Order: sequence, then structure tokens, then C-alpha cells
Amino acid sequence: MDYGLDKKSTSLKTFNTIFIIVWLLIACFPFIWTFWGSFKVRADFFSRSDWWYAISAFNTLIETGGKFTTDAYTQAWTEGEFWKASKNTIIVTVFVVSISLFLGTLGAYALSRSTERYAFWILIAALIFRAMPHITLVSGYLFPFFQLQIWGILPTTIVVLVAINQPFTLWLLYSFFKTVPKELDESALIDGCSYFQAFRHIIMPVMWPGVITAGLFSLMLAYNDFTVTALLLNQENHTMVPKIQSYLGTNQHEGNLMWAVSAVVSATAPLFMLVMFFQRQVISGLTAGAVKG
Amino acid sequence: MPNKTFFWFFLPTGLAMILFIGLPIISTGIQSFYAQHDQVVKEVKKCDPFGCTVSIVVDNELTTKLREDKPLGKFNGFGTYVDRNHLAIDEIKKFWNETENFGAFVDQVTNLPFYKALIFTLTYCLFVTPNVLLLGFIIALSLNAVARKIRGPLIFGTILPMIVTPLVGSLVLFWMIDSQGIIGANIQNLMNDPYLSLKSSKTLTWITIIIYGIWHHSPFAFVVFYAALQTVPQEPVEAAIIDGASRFQRIKHIVLPHIYPVVTFVALISLMDNFRVFEPIIGFSAEGSAQSLSWLIYDNLVNEEVILFGSAAATSMMTIVGIAILLAPVLIRTWKEFKTAR
Repeated sequence: MDYGLDKKSTSLKTFNTIFIIVWLLIACFPFIWTFWGSFKVRADFFSRSDWWYAISAFNTLIETGGKFTTDAYTQAWTEGEFWKASKNTIIVTVFVVSISLFLGTLGAYALSRSTERYAFWILIAALIFRAMPHITLVSGYLFPFFQLQIWGILPTTIVVLVAINQPFTLWLLYSFFKTVPKELDESALIDGCSYFQAFRHIIMPVMWPGVITAGLFSLMLAYNDFTVTALLLNQENHTMVPKIQSYLGTNQHEGNLMWAVSAVVSATAPLFMLVMFFQRQVISGLTAGAVKG
Repeated sequence: MPNKTFFWFFLPTGLAMILFIGLPIISTGIQSFYAQHDQVVKEVKKCDPFGCTVSIVVDNELTTKLREDKPLGKFNGFGTYVDRNHLAIDEIKKFWNETENFGAFVDQVTNLPFYKALIFTLTYCLFVTPNVLLLGFIIALSLNAVARKIRGPLIFGTILPMIVTPLVGSLVLFWMIDSQGIIGANIQNLMNDPYLSLKSSKTLTWITIIIYGIWHHSPFAFVVFYAALQTVPQEPVEAAIIDGASRFQRIKHIVLPHIYPVVTFVALISLMDNFRVFEPIIGFSAEGSAQSLSWLIYDNLVNEEVILFGSAAATSMMTIVGIAILLAPVLIRTWKEFKTAR
């Protein structure tokens, strides 16, 4: 927003620049620092004697002979079985995203084209479901899942994550489909298409921007989830986030805390890349319901 | 759209939500009325030359059988809700009668696990939500004033704290703030107190978690406010400039009223998310001095010996009531709007 009339004083401009720089430091420095530290040994990154060791790499030089070491990564990925966790994360994420988009587009399309009163109530119910803390739902799952003996395996977790994700996906895609003109599919209906045909041939080709945004958010939910995956999966099937937590639990061992550091970097890097590419979609998704008030 | 078509389109997602959100809530409700079985005991008579003694031992066989036959536990009614780990009605009555002044009474009550967690959760919501709104708004105004060309990377940097999972976000901060990390060590030097650390003080832990919350949630408020700022109409702003309104007056009288609906939206979402604060407590290993409602449930569910389903379910139900209270104003407003719209 650049007002032609709005003359900013130099002091205001300077103040603004300083503020932004300080904020960006606060927002980004922790990640840069963790990235830097992941190439050190524990005695440097968590130094008891002098924090400057993390920069000068005093102990890293003594222990490994170089200023940087990738020991933490190699150990976490092999010995710490982080490869298994990332494989599980990929499986969970791929299935959650594809299933929730499939269910979500159908449901949201129906909601956006319905003029009945129940559509409104379904959206309100979805809003209430969205507000439920995940841990309260998990406390409802555990007992029946133990009884049915479907606890601990990946498919259960995938279905649960899809369901938990539906309310948000529905709202997002609902507000997206509202912006797709009704006349488009109505004319197809007049030409003799069924609703499914109209959806398949008319709506599907134009819905991709909305679907990409919804997909990104499902991806972030599945990728980032801790509550559900930590409690519904057994040790074997743990995804990345609960795996990181399990490294913390045994930090008496010299290496393990550094495993957690390198695992955090390994888990965060792909997410940052993704958001860098799809920044526009993430932002449009966050504001979809909001800006229209 | 005809009802029948709607039904088939909506069936898959509706089924998923009913089965895995609706039913679990009911299941939680049922579980909260049951408690785990007590151990079955039996009397064993032991005789030796000096006489007989009767001792009470646990009958493992019967206990296991009982647990297998009735896995849900024994019916407990509202027993779990009022016990010491939840509403603690009896304890509160006792404290009320025994303590001399009101301060001591409050002290005693806030040491009970449920009230302790409730107070932390509410404090967290109360401090994080307004600060998130404020900081997010300031960042949005500030970024809105820089040249369009460099905004992309700046926005990317700003939203980083939001896209990482709370556990990772809190760990990354914790490793810096901990006494062996860069910030913690420097604060120790600065204050000249080698024993100063996060874990040593309850207040410090609370402040750290609240700061984490603001750091994590502000980007969300920023993104929404930033998008809303793009829709503020130019003409009134220009008119205000000609009339000699200061920058602050322009924000107060034109920008804020325009984005008001968005502010309530962000406040609501942020409040709902803050109410379920849980992962940072694990990330900061702050279980000792800060517990939230969600953490209490988690703690019951990962219990070593026997999972306390009943206790977790009772806390869950009360958390849901809390969420309902938070949501009530919005739902009532939506209902009224819906009524008038028809």
C-alpha cells in the first residue's frame, strides 16, 4: 500500500527497518543456530564451560579433527533408525494428503452448491470439531483401538489424521468453491450432465489452486503431528516427530541429544523448502476464511 | 443440489468425521464414568510352630481375569470427576474449613493437580493471545511499509516459527535458553549467577513458555492481518491525510475498524489453539513447574503401570466444556446472524 500523499519521515523509516531486522533475527536465528550447532559435538553445542565453544568448535576439533562433523547425522540416521521414522512419515503424509483431498473436495463441493439449511449446520459442526483438542480425541481412541487390536499400526493413524484434518479442509475448500461461479456447473447440468460428471469434467480442471492450498495444510498437519502419532503408533512405526522426542528421553548417553539436534534439522529442512516454493498458497490458505470476514 | 446427490457427495467425509471425531467424544464420555479395577485381595493364613498369622496379599490371577473380563473397569459414576486429581470437591471443602485466611485457601487449592493445570492454561491463554494480536499487527504494519520487491523473503522469514511443529519450535528455543545454550549462558554471565537456569524457577519457566507461545503464534496473526491490510480502501486514508490526521489516528479510526472482523477471527483461533497448549511443556521439559490440561491427559495416557483411561477421559470432558465456553459467544452470534438472514 503506497499512498502517494503519505510522506514517511526518515526517523520513522529507520525505526521501521530496525524493527524488521530485530524481528527477523528473533524469528530466524534459532533455526540458523540449530543448523550451525548440528555440525558440532555435544560438548561444544551444549557447553558446560563456555558457550563460545559452539562457534570456535574447540571440542569438535579435539574429538573429530575438523571444525565440522556430520557424525550426529550419520549416527541418528543409521543407529538411531531415523531413516525408518522418515519412511513412516512419508507413508503417513502421502496417504493423509491424498485421502483427505479426495474426501474434502467431494464434501466441500456439495456444501458449496447446497442451498439447504443443513449445509450451514454441518459447517458449524465442523467448526466445533476443529476446536477439539487432539489429545481429548486420542483419549477416546485408545481404549477402543486396544480392544479392536488396531493400535500401533500406520493405517489407523492415517485414518485418524484424515478425520481430524477434515473440518479444516472442508472450510478451506468450501470458501474456495464459493468463488467458482455456479453458472459453470449449472450449464453443464442443463446440457444433461449428472452432478458427478459436472464435478469430474467442469470443476476438477479449475479447482487446482484451492486443492494445492488444502493439500499443503494437510501435509503440514500430517508431517508435524505429535499428539496422535506419539500415542497411536508403537515404537516400530514412530514417525519423525515422536522419534525426536524419544531421543530426548535418553539424553544421559553422550550422542543422543545431538541425534535430536540433527533430527530436528533433517525434519525441518524439507518443510522449509516446501513453504519457500508454495509461500503464496500457504498465505492465501490462512487468509481464505478470514478476509471475507 | 438435490438431497440425494448431496448425501452421496458428503458421505465419505461425513462418515470419517462421525466415526473418528464424533464417536471418540462419546467414547471419552463413557470412559470417564469408569475407573480401573482395584486389585483383588485375598486373606492368606500362614501357620508355623509359633501360631497362625493372617496376611492380605494380592490375588494376581483373579485381578488379571477381572481386567480381561471387564476391560473398561468398574463403574464409578461421577466419582472420577470429584476425586483428588480432578475437581477435588472434598479437599476443597476441607481446605475451606481448615485454613484461616483466604490467601492460604487459594494456595492450597492451586496446589491440586487439576486447578494447577487450569491456572497455567488460562494464564498462558491470557498472556499469549493479546500479545500475539499486538505483535502480529505491528509486524504486518511494518512489513506493509517496506518496498514490494523485498517483501517475499521477509514474509518467508517471518512465518518460519509458525510452520515448524510446536515440539521442534520449543526444542530449538530450549537448546538456546538452557543453561548450557548460547542465551542461557550469556544471561548467567550478565546476572553473575552461575546457578540461574530455566529449571530452577517456576516463574522463569512460565515466562519462557509464554514467550515461546508469542513467538510461535504471532506469524499466523501477521499473515491474516497483512492480507487484510491489502484490502483497506485508499480514499478514506488519503482524505484523512489531507485533513491532517496523524499516522496513529489513521490506524485507529480507519484501518482498525476496517479489519475488525479479522481481529475477532484471529483472536478466536488463537484462543482455541492456546487452550490446548501441550507440546511446549514437553519440549522445554517443564513438567515440573508447568502443567496444562492437555498435558494432564497425556500424562495419564502414558502412565507406566496401567493406563488411566477414566482419569484421562474425565479431564478430557472438562477440557471440552472449557472449549465450549470459549466458543459459546461465537456460536450465539452466528446463530443470531443466521436467524436474521433468513
